[in-house]
Amino acid sequence: MAAESQTIDALGQFKLTTAFGPLGASVNFTQSNLMMLIACVLVLGTLYIGMRPKALVPGRLQAMAELSYDGVLQMCIDTIGEGARRFFPFIFTIFSFILLGNLLGVVPYMFTFTSHIAITGVLTVLVVVMTTVVGLRYHGLHFFSYFVPQGVPAVLLPLLVPIEVLSYVSRLISLSVRLFANMMAGHVMLEVFGAFVIMLGSAGLMGGWHSFALLPAALSLSINVILIGFEVLVAVLQAYVFAVLTCIYLHDAVHLH
Amino acid sequence: MDIKAAADIGAGLAVIALAGVGVGIGNIFAALVTSVARNPASRDKVFGLAILGFALTEAVALYALVIAFIILFV
Repeated sequence: MAAESQTIDALGQFKLTTAFGPLGASVNFTQSNLMMLIACVLVLGTLYIGMRPKALVPGRLQAMAELSYDGVLQMCIDTIGEGARRFFPFIFTIFSFILLGNLLGVVPYMFTFTSHIAITGVLTVLVVVMTTVVGLRYHGLHFFSYFVPQGVPAVLLPLLVPIEVLSYVSRLISLSVRLFANMMAGHVMLEVFGAFVIMLGSAGLMGGWHSFALLPAALSLSINVILIGFEVLVAVLQAYVFAVLTCIYLHDAVHLH
Repeated sequence: MDIKAAADIGAGLAVIALAGVGVGIGNIFAALVTSVARNPASRDKVFGLAILGFALTEAVALYALVIAFIILFV
């Protein structure tokens, strides 16, 4: 692929294709949708099958389900504070969906649906609209005092209120681009180093066989191995960060600073 | 100057932002080491905050990277 043309097709891996042959093509069912479906089935299946024994001393699968549930719940309570349990299902859904999407993307030949800004953008719009609606329902029009910092001289308010509004609106960009860029950059990096393996390997073998012919290729292959480990870390971290930031926004909406 | 060369230089300039990100991430972990050294009991609590700060700072680097990619490939 990449080596023949001597250019690295780093973004080709994010192209959407249709899954399930002509049937999928007729309804535009892409491999991205397929991965979302797999992620949902895996989350629901793990939780359902894991929690079915209802053992007092949990087995492996049940321990996993309980640990993730407890971990997210604890994070929710710590961040949102009072009234956190109402929002826990939403946070846990978003967290597990993004986590599975990121983690499935690390598996070779699997598509990462979170590497498309369309998907992260929709998730972000959902989060921001929901926090705004929650704020308006909890506080009514008093919610807009969120944009007016307290204890500030009135002279500065014309300057500060637009800044607050801007920073509120720019959550839409920062939250979505953070997840999308992390996933995309990681996979581009993997692709680039993967292409290096082929390019440097063929270039090394071109000068005939000698003991160091494949050394550059082996080096970039080992870098790729390290990068995969790093990608797993980033996948978990970004799902966590998305969930934490959602919690922080909800905290702002519920408590107004 | 040919437009392709200008785009390449622009993409290079776009990732200068990584200097600031490097300083930022260094600061975060320096602060983490200091605070854990002062109060080892606070490790669990502080570590989560540090990871959050790390992810937020790293995102800035990725914004720069996305700009560079947009210049190069779009």
